[in-house]
Amino acid sequence: MSFIIPKEIYTGRIPEIVFGKDKIARLGGETALPMHFFEGDFPNKPLIAFEIQDTKPEDYPQELAKIYSSVWDDPIRWARFCEALGAKAITVRLMSIHPDSKDSKPEEVADRLRKFLTEVDLPLIILGSNHIEKDAEVLPVVADVSRGYNCIVGKAQEGNYKTIAASAMAAGHSLIAMSELDVNLAKQLNILITQIGFPKEKIIIDPMCSALGYGFEYTYSVMERIRIAGLVQQDSMLCSPLFADVGFYVWKTKEAQASEEDVPQWGSLYERSFMWEAITACSFLLSGAELIVMRHPDAIRVTERFIDDLFSLRQ
Amino acid sequence: MALTGIEIFKLLPKTNCKKCGFPTCLAFAMKVAQGQVQIEQCPDVSEEVKTKLKEAATPPIKGFEFGSENQRIKIGDETVLFRHEKKFYNPTVLALQISDVDENIDKKVDEVLNSQIERVEQILKIDAIFLKNESGNLEVFSRALEKIRNKASQIPLIFGISSPKIASYVLEGFKNGRPILYGATEENFSDIAEIAKRYNVPVGVIAKGVEKVFFITETLRTKGVEDLVIDTQPQTAAELLRDNTIIRRAALKGVKALGYPIITFANRDDEFYETVMASVGILKYSSIVVLSSILKWKNLILFTLRQNIYSDPQIPMQVRQDIYKVGNPDGNSPLIITTNFALTYFLVKSEIENSKVPTWLAIMDCDGLSVLTAWAAGKFSASRIAQFIKESEVEKKLNNRELIIPGYVAMLKAAIEDKLPGWKVIVGPKEASGIPTFLRNYIRSKH
Ligand code: B12
Ligand code: SF4
Repeated sequence: MSFIIPKEIYTGRIPEIVFGKDKIARLGGETALPMHFFEGDFPNKPLIAFEIQDTKPEDYPQELAKIYSSVWDDPIRWARFCEALGAKAITVRLMSIHPDSKDSKPEEVADRLRKFLTEVDLPLIILGSNHIEKDAEVLPVVADVSRGYNCIVGKAQEGNYKTIAASAMAAGHSLIAMSELDVNLAKQLNILITQIGFPKEKIIIDPMCSALGYGFEYTYSVMERIRIAGLVQQDSMLCSPLFADVGFYVWKTKEAQASEEDVPQWGSLYERSFMWEAITACSFLLSGAELIVMRHPDAIRVTERFIDDLFSLRQ
Repeated sequence: MALTGIEIFKLLPKTNCKKCGFPTCLAFAMKVAQGQVQIEQCPDVSEEVKTKLKEAATPPIKGFEFGSENQRIKIGDETVLFRHEKKFYNPTVLALQISDVDENIDKKVDEVLNSQIERVEQILKIDAIFLKNESGNLEVFSRALEKIRNKASQIPLIFGISSPKIASYVLEGFKNGRPILYGATEENFSDIAEIAKRYNVPVGVIAKGVEKVFFITETLRTKGVEDLVIDTQPQTAAELLRDNTIIRRAALKGVKALGYPIITFANRDDEFYETVMASVGILKYSSIVVLSSILKWKNLILFTLRQNIYSDPQIPMQVRQDIYKVGNPDGNSPLIITTNFALTYFLVKSEIENSKVPTWLAIMDCDGLSVLTAWAAGKFSASRIAQFIKESEVEKKLNNRELIIPGYVAMLKAAIEDKLPGWKVIVGPKEASGIPTFLRNYIRSKH
């Protein structure tokens, strides 16, 4: 008896997202479950984007402060610093617009972004502050200012997708659509967004991220289910690239913050914290994420090595 | 795959003769499918059907136990490719590799024994030791084994021995439970099979790639050696993922020769990459992952990942609604409220413990949802909280009327105070890690 590899039959292809103006990044385009090189095409590697914020972060713990505190007052310097660390793409999170932060007005943000765009030429992802109303007010302005730069903007949610999606469409950007850990909600939001005319091939699904140990398994399984629905079960509304906002959730956890003196049984804080981020990210690569936002350079290095290792088998 | 009620019904005589004690064959079939009655209860069912049912009910991945008398570990018995389809059953065993020529065996065994961490009220630890016969010498191996047994007489063991002769000597003298014999290669598998049979131990099957492994397991099966663990010797994470995926998928499609648990050697020179390899093993179907060293941060990550992946996706872990005591609270102690999601409860409870401030902890039934999820679902609302606090009669225990709520639901403060006349609601920090400082300040402000 000899052994024949049982192969899955796929009907879908994840759309390829290309973004950036002078420098370009690509993701998606695959035809099989994550890293199943033996049964599908994988034209692009998953992409890790360094996260920066438009204002000095209030909640970056010690291990991140060590790295970024000398540059985080100035987004342009911060972005250049990431570029020097090897960033292939940058995510700017507009934390300053949140009412609990500086409640920045759309025009202020627009002015700063204009300057940023002339100084930084890496492919750009622009995220709001996760405040439904404020994002709805600011992101359209931001989308317009960055017209022609071919960015990814987000996140559009059920409560604010109309204005955000419409403006992203007018400016030619791709869009991140976030729903809450539910396959049907993700599908529903994609349907709503396409119904206002937004091109389906430019939507990226954020099924809602979580950190290892803090709801991780929900995100992991929802991603797997979305991938299977899109590629195997012919559900075209779920056939989109997946986004994972890893750094944001990981660096809130106690594991990424508590000192070794406080929890001696957890070992060294430096390794524990950045590896918490790396393993959260590596896991989501296996459940389907192809665009991941991360914070710690060492975590990104480990994750990228993992991606290169996986892709060594690409035919 | 287990058969459904309808599938079982099709195999029954369909006479509705009631001899089984059920009104119809269909009713009986449904009960059999649910595992509530045995098929034998129908006197007219054929032997052939009985075997068929038994086969269908056996998980496609062979399950078995290894380890010592007092520390048995079950591996295998898995039934799905993705955890959302049902669940993953027997968590990945984490083992430390120790070489028989290692000079620090005692120290390493101590590290294994001290690896325990508690998380969400489960004790997590390095479960086993892989002892490698690197010396190729019987005496050296026996001495190393003795050192291990002196310190950890019950620790489950895997023997990395390739010489059939040494293997048979070692097993002859070994009388505590069932170690795994690792193992059978293309060169020695007939001899190893004989030994495994004689001593009734599970065998590791070692060959490069799925096809070569397939050939060996196929032969061992026909010789009646059935408790196997597979090692396709992946060199990279990519090969590990590919081989394990193919094996699990083939097994689920009925390829018996691949229906065995997998053992993965994650050990690498680079600790970071070893952690990644081990994680791939945990996420993707390895039943045993062998590590090269014990580091606290690495353990914590792998333990947590394993706990997450092997949790039941259908049932969130919950705790009972009640007013719990943390420490020995009295009438002047603070009162904290949160939801009954097990993770939430344990995180909050352990931080209260860290604060050393005796505290009343009110756990409210929210169908096992976390604070914000329960709030968003309307289950952790002001009126429900007020009702719970009233009905719990916690006020009889207290001299004050103050309730501390999670920082993430600060917006409930006014509404709760509205519905609980005479009470003051205090907003705590957002993350549980802020609780120790918060509680200490709270107590200080009272004096
Ligand atoms: C996993 C998850 C789920 C799981 C449920 C898991 C569970 N058992 O609860 C599922 C998929 C079922 C789910 C569903 C929904 N979810 Co949900 N979910 C999450 C997720 C990813 C993690 C939650 C978690 O497990 N946290 C870990 C636990 C331990 O956190 P916790 O209970 O808050 O406890 C912490 C603190 O609050 C603190 N703490 C707790 N108690 C106390 C007490 C005191 C006194 C103090 C000081 C501190 C304290 O300690 C803990 C550690 O720091 C979060 C987003 C995220 N990444 O955090 C969204 C999130 C909670 N979900 C959200 C929503 C909206 C929903 C849904 C309503 C979506 C929908 N439209 O259907 C449903 C509702 C459920 C339903 N109808 O049954 C929202 C809530 C939005 C908001 N700000 O109100 C969140 C925040 C996502 C988001 N939009 O950002 N969800
Ligand atoms: S005893 Fe057998 S044949 Fe008779 S009703 Fe029950 S299942 Fe049907």
